[in-house]
Amino acid sequence: MEFKTFVFYFVSAILVYASLRVVTLRNPVHAALHLVLAFFSASGIWVLLQAEFLAIALVLVYVGAVMVLFLFVVMMLDINLDRLREGFWTYLPLGSIVALLMVAEMGLFIYGSFYGLLESAVPQADRGYSNVQAVGRLLFTEYVYPFELASIILLVGIVAATALTLRGKRRSKSVSPGEQVFIKAADRVRVLHMPAERPD
Amino acid sequence: MMVETLEQLLPGFLMPPINWALQLGQDTFGSAWPTVLLVLWTVIKVVLIIAPLLLVVAYVTFCERKVIGWMQVRIGPNRVGPWGLIQPIADGLKLLLKEVVVPSGADKTVFLLAPMFSFAPALLAWSVIPFNDVMVLANLNASLLFIMAVTSISVYGIILAGWSSNSKYAFLGGMRSAAQLISYEIAMGLALVVVLMISNSLNLGDIVAGQNKGRFADMGLKFLSWNWLPLLPMFVIYMVSIVAETNRAPFDMAEGESEIVGFHVEYSGMAFAVFQLAEYGAVILCSTLASLLFLGGWLSPVSFLPDSIFWLFAKVFLIICFFFWIRATFPRYRYDQIMRLGWKVFIPVCLIWLTVVGCWMMSPWTIWK
Repeated sequence: MEFKTFVFYFVSAILVYASLRVVTLRNPVHAALHLVLAFFSASGIWVLLQAEFLAIALVLVYVGAVMVLFLFVVMMLDINLDRLREGFWTYLPLGSIVALLMVAEMGLFIYGSFYGLLESAVPQADRGYSNVQAVGRLLFTEYVYPFELASIILLVGIVAATALTLRGKRRSKSVSPGEQVFIKAADRVRVLHMPAERPD
Repeated sequence: MMVETLEQLLPGFLMPPINWALQLGQDTFGSAWPTVLLVLWTVIKVVLIIAPLLLVVAYVTFCERKVIGWMQVRIGPNRVGPWGLIQPIADGLKLLLKEVVVPSGADKTVFLLAPMFSFAPALLAWSVIPFNDVMVLANLNASLLFIMAVTSISVYGIILAGWSSNSKYAFLGGMRSAAQLISYEIAMGLALVVVLMISNSLNLGDIVAGQNKGRFADMGLKFLSWNWLPLLPMFVIYMVSIVAETNRAPFDMAEGESEIVGFHVEYSGMAFAVFQLAEYGAVILCSTLASLLFLGGWLSPVSFLPDSIFWLFAKVFLIICFFFWIRATFPRYRYDQIMRLGWKVFIPVCLIWLTVVGCWMMSPWTIWK
């Protein structure tokens, strides 16, 4: 077996295990941590496919930023496991129908577009080829409108997040650091010079 | 490749035994020898980077205590060994022998994993750091991006330490430190974006090489063509951000005596020591990055002196001393002021300067071609 194949199976095994644990673990923080592990293994597989930019971006964006915020939220939750398990049997039929539908859809799609993938070869890039440059060039030439559209959607997201957390005017009294730094000692303290007087 | 590098680095009388060992390996392993040699050579290089690094981390703690001592007109540690030189080893031994207390109700696995999460990224990032134009473990195309991705993992150590301790204080402290790290990562990332814009590369070696040309470099004053001068605002922001990123004074909320709600309040013994090692490891890593990105790395400041790895060491030492200097000088920031500085001052300045540099690069007055 070639070394790369070994690495692929090793990383894939970790990926499958971690993904399974994400849905089976009861503790939400542990589940989130396994999701982090799953992202890592996925980025390892992408490195094997020579998509190093995507792999690094996955770690940078999902592991470094998204999952951190996710953990922030999950840690604050106070989850009562008994209440979570209450409606399991009543929701099971509906849930399994939705799950089967999704599996069927994904199966059709993956079978349709990637059938015969095993026979195809991974495109080999030469040494000087830069993934980052190629992605950047594509983004700013061919896909410039979708790219700009995505950025506008993100901007809307930012504005919406700000609007949601903005709860009217601030009522608490606080000092403005901008004004604070301009205060001189002379504004606050007056030093008087009083000549000593001889008591009569 | 290995043999040529060794021939450059080692004195001649060492070559015959090495050649003999290579021949022996060739005879033993046969056709598998190139693969075995590659693995061996990589392991040797990893050890050559990690072992001195750990030693430097230990002695940076000693150096810090000495330097701050001198700044405050004290003597600093001087009891263990000559001039106190064995102090870090004594400290390490003491911490090793202490008990690691796991609080009741703590998530033990995560509790013990957290320090590793914060130390491992600081070591992993060294795999792509170049020491001069040939000495680098993995010469990635996107090494700067790799370092940003890897160092962004260290925030997990803080969050998990805070959560798994099963203590309100550790939890609040973890939240605060994590929020601080994320905030300053943005400013730091934007500063790095400007650097990679003008260098037109994500490779650290290329970024250093790009600082070797320009009008001042032609005049022989190479230090004026390094990135710190044209990107002075970014350099200042980067320097302040790395202090905040490494959780050091004046941004060391985790260690504030007056309000001890640090993420590591529940840690003791070696588990706590690993957090400290992670902090100093991150300090050295950030200093190295700053000297590679803004101070020309291994390039010598003037053209009549040769470029050498010792210039890199000297610059890293200077930046580490800068860390000590501000620790000995400034009082601790209040938490809301830290966040204000990060979000309301640094990020807008970065965004504006990003636009300015972009326009500058496209204008006829560009100095980067």
